[in-house]
Amino acid sequence: MAAVRTSTERALNRLAIVCVLIVTLIFLAPIYWIASTAFKPRELATSVPPTVLFEPEITPFVKLFVRRSQLREPVAPEVYDEAPWWEKLVYDDGERLVRSGRTGEVQLSGYPDRFLNSLIVATISTILAVGMGTFTAYGFSRFKVKGESDLLFFILSTRMLPPIVVAIPMFLMYRAVGLNDTHAGLIILYTAFNLSFSVWLMKGFIDEIPREYEEAALVDGYTRMQAFFKIVLPEAATGIAATAVFCFITAWNEYAFALILTNREAQTAPPFIPSQVGSGLPDWTVIAAGTFLFLLPVAIFTFLLRNHLLRGMSFGAIRK
Amino acid sequence: MTQIELRGVEKFFGEVQVIRNLDLFIDHNEFIVMLGPSGCGKTTTLRAIAGLETIDRGDILIDGKVVQHLKAADRDIAFVFQSFSLYPHMTVYENIAFPLRATRQSKAQVDLAVRQVAEILQITPLLSRRPSALSGGDMQRVAIGRALVRSPKALLMDEPIGALDAKLREEMRAEIKRLHMKQGSTTIYVTHDQVEAMSLADRVVIMHEGVLQQVGTPEEVYSRPANLFVAQFVGSPVMNIAEAHVAEEHGEARVRMAGAEQGFSFPRDLLGRLPAGSAGNGIALGIRPEGIAVEREPREGFLPVEARIIEPLGSHDIVDLQVGSQMLRARTKSGFVPRPGERVWARIDPVQAHFFDTQSGRSLGVRL
Repeated sequence: MAAVRTSTERALNRLAIVCVLIVTLIFLAPIYWIASTAFKPRELATSVPPTVLFEPEITPFVKLFVRRSQLREPVAPEVYDEAPWWEKLVYDDGERLVRSGRTGEVQLSGYPDRFLNSLIVATISTILAVGMGTFTAYGFSRFKVKGESDLLFFILSTRMLPPIVVAIPMFLMYRAVGLNDTHAGLIILYTAFNLSFSVWLMKGFIDEIPREYEEAALVDGYTRMQAFFKIVLPEAATGIAATAVFCFITAWNEYAFALILTNREAQTAPPFIPSQVGSGLPDWTVIAAGTFLFLLPVAIFTFLLRNHLLRGMSFGAIRK
Repeated sequence: MTQIELRGVEKFFGEVQVIRNLDLFIDHNEFIVMLGPSGCGKTTTLRAIAGLETIDRGDILIDGKVVQHLKAADRDIAFVFQSFSLYPHMTVYENIAFPLRATRQSKAQVDLAVRQVAEILQITPLLSRRPSALSGGDMQRVAIGRALVRSPKALLMDEPIGALDAKLREEMRAEIKRLHMKQGSTTIYVTHDQVEAMSLADRVVIMHEGVLQQVGTPEEVYSRPANLFVAQFVGSPVMNIAEAHVAEEHGEARVRMAGAEQGFSFPRDLLGRLPAGSAGNGIALGIRPEGIAVEREPREGFLPVEARIIEPLGSHDIVDLQVGSQMLRARTKSGFVPRPGERVWARIDPVQAHFFDTQSGRSLGVRL
């Protein structure tokens, strides 16, 4: 179809593009700030006005991964010369690596473990929430369930209260059953958080899939389970992807409960990163490096599923 | 080669009864069309036979075996949906192969069957496409292909061409008919379009509000409707139904429309053949537009009437005639009555007249 456009329409269109660009810049500014700080030399991190042009370095990332302490006196030149390049970067900043007393091995900071914890907890809770949510939504969507609307409302109502309100009871309950500071504890909690969201979102998506698809499969000799896996799941892929992204982001970013319910073994990255502010003079570049790395998995996950997400957003609008 | 039988089938949706005491026998290789307005229970009946809907009472038998407790998958019946319901994430080939994959056949067998069906339906060039890239007619061919590929006992179609535009519908109608003559499997076809029903069916099953109205060949339901509903549902333009009284005058029967001064003359036979009492109490006279003869001059046996509305349809006109308080629509040659408001003379062909009981709507079974 040939688009006939007047000059006013074209001008409005340009105006809209400019507005979108401005909004995008505003949204991206904090991310740029964190990303650039992660590559800045320490003294530039807090300079006023902020430095925009600088020579990027990876010292903050090296420091992020190792345990360090302040140098009391300058390091001996022969020790400095023998040190690997990354250790030199630490010496350059007036700090030294903490090595274990007997073996002299370099000790890692707490960050890699916390990062891994975040990955484990967010991934497993997302799989659980989306999986259970999809099954539940399918049931509500396809079968007559007694008190369906009441049950759905009940499921939604679990999100009607700020979660932090139940933090203290949760803490006491978790302590009583020994779930404090365990991966399972956080996984259960985040799954419960996300489940209501997942059920509602997936119900919307599954409602959109015509029943005839499954009925055709049922008539063609498949069981309902087979029809679900062969027809409904592929058709719901878009919805599953969109739901998974949202659940993953929620679990990945969760701060308050992670802070209260974990301290060492199962602690995730969000409560760990700010806890580093307090040790000595705050080194913002290291905190920024930790934050920057923490942003990446969500960004990558969302990027990989971007096509599904776009389709998910317009679902129902473009279907014939 | 499959027989399907329904015995006393009843179905409720909550309080609403959608199928009432339905008995039906469908013979080997018969093409049955279930016809009725939307909500008449025809689709529910079809879905019940397929196993997509449970029934509350009665039996469904396929080849003499009671099947209402069997799952849809175990009834070996194919179903073509109005929405075609092709799986968007599969190619045409995969769509057609899908029913075979449930049966653990070898890859070569599946491939052979798919290609054979594709050949019959002339969709071989489309096999690698996705359903979204097909035209409406091709989607329908694929849907039929998916239904035929495993040679089911019976083929059920729920308004399979209802979603297509008029021209394509006509083509597909012919194609379905050709296919049935070639394949000859027992087929039940649901539609609300009486033209489709008449052109396709060996026998038409007419339903209304969950009740079976009439079963018969297209010719039977057209020329011997069992009741007022069938009379008005089959045929286009719709059959005229007029309230009338029958009396004897000058040695012949006179059928006088309500509000009219004179009656149309009918053979004397009519009086004797109407059930006792019905003549005086009034009956419903049914006459198709082609059963009314119209003249522009007075003629023996013709009554003067006024032409009210003229609908030119190209090949012929439909003229609305005012007879007493009733309006009769007659079919005339194109341009036969030049202007609305003209006085013309009309006669009802007794052979084509139908008589119904005004209370029950049932046909009185009188044929002249």
